[in-house]
Amino acid sequence: MTTQAPVLEIRDLHVDFRLAGGPVHAVRGVSLTAHAGETLAVVGESGSGKSATMLAALRLNPEPPCAYPGGEVLLDGRDLLALPEKRLREVRGNDVAMVFQDPMTSLDPLQRVGNQVAEVLRTHRGASRAGARQEAVRALDEVGIPDPELRARQYPHELSGGLRQRVMIATALVGRPRVLIADEPTTALDVTVQRQILDLLAELRARHGMAVVLVTHDLGVVAETADRVVVMNAGRVVEHGTVAEVFETPRQQYTRDLLAATPRLEPTS
Amino acid sequence: MTTADTSRRTTTRTTLLELDGLAREFTGPGTTRTIAVDDVTLTVEDGETLALVGESGSGKTTLTRLLLGLLDPTAGTVRFEGHDLARLSPAEMRALRAGMQVVLQDPYSSMNPRMKVTDIVAEPLVTHDVTYRGRRARARLRERVGELLESVGLPARLQDRYPHEFSGGQRQRVSIARALASSPRLVVLDEPTSALDVSVQSQVLDLLVELQRQHGLTYVFVSHNLAVVRQIADRVAVLRRGRVVECGETATVLGAPRHPYTRELLAAVPRPDAYRTRTRTGTGTGTGGGTTGV
Repeated sequence: MTTQAPVLEIRDLHVDFRLAGGPVHAVRGVSLTAHAGETLAVVGESGSGKSATMLAALRLNPEPPCAYPGGEVLLDGRDLLALPEKRLREVRGNDVAMVFQDPMTSLDPLQRVGNQVAEVLRTHRGASRAGARQEAVRALDEVGIPDPELRARQYPHELSGGLRQRVMIATALVGRPRVLIADEPTTALDVTVQRQILDLLAELRARHGMAVVLVTHDLGVVAETADRVVVMNAGRVVEHGTVAEVFETPRQQYTRDLLAATPRLEPTS
Repeated sequence: MTTADTSRRTTTRTTLLELDGLAREFTGPGTTRTIAVDDVTLTVEDGETLALVGESGSGKTTLTRLLLGLLDPTAGTVRFEGHDLARLSPAEMRALRAGMQVVLQDPYSSMNPRMKVTDIVAEPLVTHDVTYRGRRARARLRERVGELLESVGLPARLQDRYPHEFSGGQRQRVSIARALASSPRLVVLDEPTSALDVSVQSQVLDLLVELQRQHGLTYVFVSHNLAVVRQIADRVAVLRRGRVVECGETATVLGAPRHPYTRELLAAVPRPDAYRTRTRTGTGTGTGGGTTGV
């Protein structure tokens, strides 16, 4: 893994929000890498800057008030922060795709599910309407949606939370991205559904050799799905390492506190 | 589901809440019917914490609305302090309500954003106690609200602020202060910590345990998080499709679950341990990644 160049590399990233009350330095010099075929977990509490960092990777933070006073986001060595908007659009949803926490607000309620998946292909691949539709149904099938032909014709409100999240994943994966950024993808879901979605992400990652960046506050999810972890607090990376290193021998007090605050099913010895 | 498991308790607790054959059906568009709560029989002893566990759609919320008397059952009875809620007059019901309060999941939507915290916390006081009404009672009211805020770990001077000036954890503390205002015996906690960060969650859970000890409160704790339930509940009732599939002491239900659904729920909870359950994701190729990558 270490011999291979990372697909995504964030170098000394700074993200500011210039608000009326003065600037907020949300991200203060974050560096991280994601390699093909691995899952990197970015962990932190609300306000730690984890989402601002990942949104910055695709320059999706609203500008203004957001500004990037420093740092680079390198996709195969190309700095995304320096790209003009038009070129950036070619990257979004194509090379790098995102899945968000709440599928109800990130899906268009007035569009049939199949069309939303097909839109990616129409936009990025110039696929024909019929071809994109067929591909969309196949993508829905791949993420384990039963009866994908029927589901493709339905609207988001006709689907359960778990199915909607699968649609989001299908939308993200249909363009065969090299990096998938999943921001709290299972937080809104029941535990049994969460388990299915996490298994699905692991399986798709293995099959397509993507790099998965999983943003979460749930250390249980991290322990079970990630290879490496980055712990963020107050806009900085406070600890990083393999899951085993960070969970077994955390070096920072913050990480230890976070682990101690996590409720456990089994009594700790 | 029977009272057998509660009678084993060594302490001489009395029954505070009794649900007997409780059912609630909803009629949807056309002839569709949903049985949200289906023949639930449960008792809650004075001073204990009973957790209601289940996934979305299992009927947890409907059940709490039934036991608070906010919703009428289609069958069965709810008894609080021995009174059958269905037989009470509106005035009697109002009086009884002072004894049962609720803390909801989302501290952002359960408060009027245009009201100051004083008025939010004081509302149950004003509702249930006439002596707190009017201009002349204002000073006493503010003093009582200050005490309530301090009892949940917030400075009394914060009462002149508005909800948006508080963090999520602080807001949940305000919700708890409001719930305690009418000196209830029963507090229904509907996912009180699931919107909070883990470090804040553990503080709020500690606070709830402390308040229970101080005031002898009885909790009905609704949650989908079994790890949180293990930490706070004496007994657990597992709900699925409106029915209680398993009920018993927390250690027994979580340690030696009898119902396959309980086992399925437990197996799905991700464990925050590096080695325990990682075999399932062994398909990845990135496990050899070193620290140098970051």
